[in-house]
Parts: sequence; structure tokens; C-alpha cells
Amino acid sequence: MLRRALQPSMCRCLSTRGLSARRGGSTLDWGGKVSEIKKKIRSALPGGSWDAPYDTSHLPPEHADVVIVGGGVIGLSVAYWLKRLEGRRGAIQVLVVERDHTYSQASTVLSVGGIRQQFSLPENIQLSLFSAGFLRNINDYLAVVDDPPVDLQFNPSGYLLLASEKGAAVMESNVKVQRQEGAKVCLMSPEQLRNKFPWINTEGVALASYGMEDEGWFDPWSLLQGLRRKVQSMGVLFCQGEVTRFVSSSNRMEDASGEEVTLKRIHEVHVKMDHSLEYQPVECAIVINAAGAWSGQIAELAGIGKGPPGTLQGTRLPVEPRKRYVYIWHCPQGPGLETPLVADTSGAYFRREGLGNNYLGSRSPTEEEEPDPGNLEVDHDFFQEKVWPPLAQRVPAFETLKVRSAWAGYYDYNTFDQNGVVGPHPLVLNMYFATGFSGHGLQQAPAVGRAVAELVLKGSFQTINLSPFSFSRFYLGEKVQEANIY
Amino acid sequence: LSSPLPQSLCLVVPVWNSSTRGVHDLSRMVGPKGNQRKRRTLVQFLGDHFYDVQALREYFFRKQALKVQLENRSFLSIKNQYGPYITGAFFILKQGGAVKFQGEEWIRPSGRGHFSLDFLKFQAVPVEAVDASGCALNYNGLDNLLPLKELQSLWLQRCPHVDDWCLSHLHPLADSLQELSLAGCPRISERGLACLHHFQNLRRLDISDLPAVSNPSLIQILVEEMLPNCKVLGANWAQGLKLAPEEQARDAAGPVSA
Repeated sequence: MLRRALQPSMCRCLSTRGLSARRGGSTLDWGGKVSEIKKKIRSALPGGSWDAPYDTSHLPPEHADVVIVGGGVIGLSVAYWLKRLEGRRGAIQVLVVERDHTYSQASTVLSVGGIRQQFSLPENIQLSLFSAGFLRNINDYLAVVDDPPVDLQFNPSGYLLLASEKGAAVMESNVKVQRQEGAKVCLMSPEQLRNKFPWINTEGVALASYGMEDEGWFDPWSLLQGLRRKVQSMGVLFCQGEVTRFVSSSNRMEDASGEEVTLKRIHEVHVKMDHSLEYQPVECAIVINAAGAWSGQIAELAGIGKGPPGTLQGTRLPVEPRKRYVYIWHCPQGPGLETPLVADTSGAYFRREGLGNNYLGSRSPTEEEEPDPGNLEVDHDFFQEKVWPPLAQRVPAFETLKVRSAWAGYYDYNTFDQNGVVGPHPLVLNMYFATGFSGHGLQQAPAVGRAVAELVLKGSFQTINLSPFSFSRFYLGEKVQEANIY
Repeated sequence: LSSPLPQSLCLVVPVWNSSTRGVHDLSRMVGPKGNQRKRRTLVQFLGDHFYDVQALREYFFRKQALKVQLENRSFLSIKNQYGPYITGAFFILKQGGAVKFQGEEWIRPSGRGHFSLDFLKFQAVPVEAVDASGCALNYNGLDNLLPLKELQSLWLQRCPHVDDWCLSHLHPLADSLQELSLAGCPRISERGLACLHHFQNLRRLDISDLPAVSNPSLIQILVEEMLPNCKVLGANWAQGLKLAPEEQARDAAGPVSA
């Protein structure tokens, strides 16, 4: 209605001006006039440029309320939920420090990108269900006005887990938990499996569980870029640099039994700029450790684990990088369009990649044959010796295949119990963890981000209770075992 | 000087005029040629310079999404009172689609969206066919259809919000469904079609005119391999010849793409 009222009057006024100008005199330089007016408008509008004596635009700000170490999918998700759940627009300033903006070694983009609900722990199932909802409505969450929608390229093909006779009982009880939590998972006998997927050799399979909904794989890069774009539009600051030092104060206190403990509080984070010696101290209230595979180093910088062994002070964050290979192979006679992500009884897995009979898969090495995580080189013998034989036994068509390419990526491997670490450190009071997910961090990132943001803003978990994933379990020795880790 | 400003003011209009939008907008967003026109409108310019305008635009954007969500809520009270068949039928009729109860005539809403409530007497009669062509049905809305265990045909032609997630959500209907049409859905890709392998009783599947599918002919062959008992209508080489006039006609007549 406003438009209808505005438009004719606007047109009239503009056209009369145009006419009068033409009548007024053709000698006037209209181009010059227009640019002059433009200049005036620009100086009147906010957001004009101003030249500072020293250019500090590449440096992070001197103050930030929350500093997130690590700009992978978990760090960005924490940033997103912090900004979304904040009480008032612009209430908190969030800085994300990422070492490598090309993400060349980041676990996020080197992962296979699967999402599943077939876990054994209720918390993991809830995290994954929430994340599936997030990914399903991703354009409600991550839409930015004027930008194209996020295309996740989600393949809803499901996970097919196979269990041997030994593992059948465990699988059955796991599926029971999964169904209780609301996941759509069905159990299949070897006979049903043969009917549904005739290309599987069911020898040695006693039971299979198959996810019908919300399971499959997606493109991690799209999710990362979508989050990044949204978070940037919400006013989160980014900085390419490395955290080299934490400046903290400590308080000596006595606990109930009379033992002395040191409570620490981080006041400043030193961010060293990329390819230079320049660094910027950032004053902050809260540090979130989302550095993935390198979060153990960040924790060490804050003095975590530097105490007499056996005490809480001396308990390290048991997260370290572990190298995992992914191979892509071509097999013309391989299974067709309906192929889910199949996880064999041996731990080897594969899925379809695209439409041209290409497949992608791997297997986690055992503790003894763990490769050196110093570089990301691929060991092709590992495929020949450890991955191919079980896969060829499971799917006879894979006896003739040709490896097309391969890559390696890092797991942020929690050596204690292969589960995430979420929540504050008991002694370094303002360092929060969101790390250690050992290969299922990408699929749970949306939910984990929300949980950490709730912890920071509201003081407790509101949607999903992740208190079993707290740091103190490493000191107390209480393992939260997850059976389904690939 | 006089010409560009009124034009850009015209482009402002869609933001204010929220009554007729909603369905169409998202489909244009996803369409292959939708958002490619790179023109800075006045609103964009103001949005870049004033936080208030930006916040306002975000608010309208969210309101649109909310409207679709609201249309797709599940009718719990109706379900408790009348059972699943009536709920499903009511939901579809409210969306502007048509339903057919077993052994009855098709029930369609009138041009203005009104429909008589005579079908409330069919509480025990299963719904046999649902035509939701062009409806703003989404993932949550499908929950109303999933309890229709005797559903044999489902038409989801040109539904702007039906995506790959929706196709994976349809598996409870796998035993009964014989006919499924997904023609013209802008957000369905080959990734979603892959999970149609649950529907082994399907006799007829229409996957023609799906703009998001990358290799339509190859996909048709792969789907035919996956569903050997099913007649798959899809991209054939005559498609380009047949489709062009039809598409024009639809653009002119369809209320969705007005």
C-alpha cells in the first residue's frame, strides 16, 4: 500500500526534475553533478571509510567476550549458537581464531561426511538426531538474505551395520536404545538382507541394522561454508592466526579434604598472526577449545596436565591426532543406486560416491598398526592388506576393483573412551571444551555447538544433557564407552 | 536520472507484499536460474548501511519460512477425534490438494479453497489416492500422510518444498504405494531418488522434469534397475520437444508461478 502511494508521486517529482533540468540549460555538466551528489550522500551515510595511521585491520580486536580456538565445523557451530541464543542483538562479541583458512588439514573437510543415529549411547543418539533436524532445515537456520541457499548435497541412503554372531546381542540392545530415542532403525535377518541387497555375501552375518531416515552422508565443505557465511553475517569476527599463549591468574585454594588446588582463570589470549612474528593479545572472558585434533596442545598451553600425575591438575586432555585413510575405487560390477553406507563386521566400511560406480571406504587401523600422524601421506598397502580383503569377502563384486584416489585426514581421537569432551575444565575455570569426538564430530557439530552455547549463556545444558561428557571423567576414570566407532 | 530509481523501487515491492508470496519464493530460490540476476536493489543498499533495515529484512525472511511451517503443522486434535484418514484428507484439502477415499469420488476444494466437510463421515474408509500437486507440503506436513497405510497413489507434482529428506521420510508407505509422481519438484535430486528402493511394490513412477537431477537419462536407467517391476516415466529424448509448450502454458495458468 505504501508503495502504491509512493510510486506515482516519486515518478512525478523525478520526471519534473528531469524535464526542468533539460529546459534549464544544456551547458551544465550533469555527470559531474551526479558524482558530486553521490559523494555527498556517501559522506552522510554511515559506514564510510576512514584511514587510520596504522593499518590494524588484519589484527583481531583487543577485546572479545568469547574466543573460540579453532574455526572448524564445531567452532563455527558454537559461534553460531552463541550469537543465536544471545539475549540481545550484538550482546556478546565472539572471535574465531583459525590457523589455516584453506582448511588444508582440518578434520571437517577431510571427513567422509556421514551422519547416523546408530550409536550405543543415548547422548550420542540425541546429538545426532538434533543435528539431523538442523541439517534438514538448514536453510531456516543458515539462510542469509540475498545469498543463495546452502546446498548440503545430502544423500539419505542410510547406514547398514552388520554384526557377527558375537555382536548380535549388543546390536539388538543398541537398536532398542536407538528406537527409544526416536531413531528410525530396523533390524534385518541375513535372509532379509539377501533379499534387499542381493550383492551382499551374508556369510558370518547374524544380524544387520539399517537406518531408514536421517542417515546418510553430505558435503562437509558446504556445511562449513554455510556456517561461516551465516556466522559472519551475524557479526562474529574471524582471524587467521595461531594461539600461542594464555595469560592467566591463579588462586590457591583448599578443597574439602584439605588438599591444595590451584584455580586458574584465563585473561588474555595471545594470537600470533600467520607468517609473521606479530601477535595481538586479546582480552577475553571465556575461551572455547574447539581445536579438534590439536586441542590437546591448546589445553597444554593453558597449563592443563602440568601437575603431579594422578591429581586433577596433572590430568591431560587425552585428545590427539590420529591419521585415517579414505580410498576411492572404481568397480563396474559394484552395487547400484540403493547402496547404503555399509559397515562390515570387520570394521571396514564403504559407500557409493556419485553415480559412476565409484565407491569410497576405509577401515580404522588397530591400536598397534596406528600410522604416524606427523603428515597426511596415504599408505596404499593398508588398502591392499587390511581394507580390500574384508570388503571383497562381503561384496564379491569388489574382487575386481581399481583404486582411483585416496586421501588421509585426522580424527580428534579421544584415547580415553572415544567420546567427545564438552563443558568447562574444573580448574581452568573459563576454558570450555568442545572436542575429542573421534570421527563423529562433524555430524554432531550442530548439537554440540548448541550445548556449549547453552552452557556459556545459561549456565547449564537445556536441550541435551551432556554432563557425562565432562572433563572430570578423565580424572575419576569413568569411561563413557561408545560401541559404534568406525 | 529519472529512470533507475523508480525501477529499483519496484523491486522493493516483494518484501512488503507478503500476502501472495511464500510458496513461490522458495521455489524460485532453488530454481536453477533463480537468483542469478545480480542487481543491487535499493533495499539491499539500505540493508548494507543500516542495521534496522537488515534486521527488518531478516524478520520478513523468517516470517515466510514460519508461514510454511505453520501450514504444515500436524492436526493432533483432529487426529484424536476423527482418526488418521480424516486428518490426512483434511490436511491435503486445506493445502489445496485433492483426496480420494476408497470407492468414492475425488474430493477437491473449490477455486477459492473452500471444501465441504461431508467427508467427515468416511472415518473408517481408507484414503486411496492423494493429489498434492503444487501444494506447499514439506517434511513435517508429510507426517499427516504417513499413517495412511492403504495409500496407493501419491502425486507430488511441482511441490516447491518436497526435497530429498522428504523422500527418505516416505518409507512407511512403501508396502502400499503403487503410483508415485514427483514430476517437476524443484528440490528433488538424484540423491533422494536413490532411497526409492524401499518402494518395491511401485508400478508407476514419474520422475520427469526434475531440474535438480544432474543426469536425468542415466538416473532413469539406474532407477529402472533399482525398481525392476516399475514403469519409470522420466527423461526421454522427446522430452525437450514435448515439454516446451506445456511449460509455457503452465507458467501462464498456474497460480503457483504467477
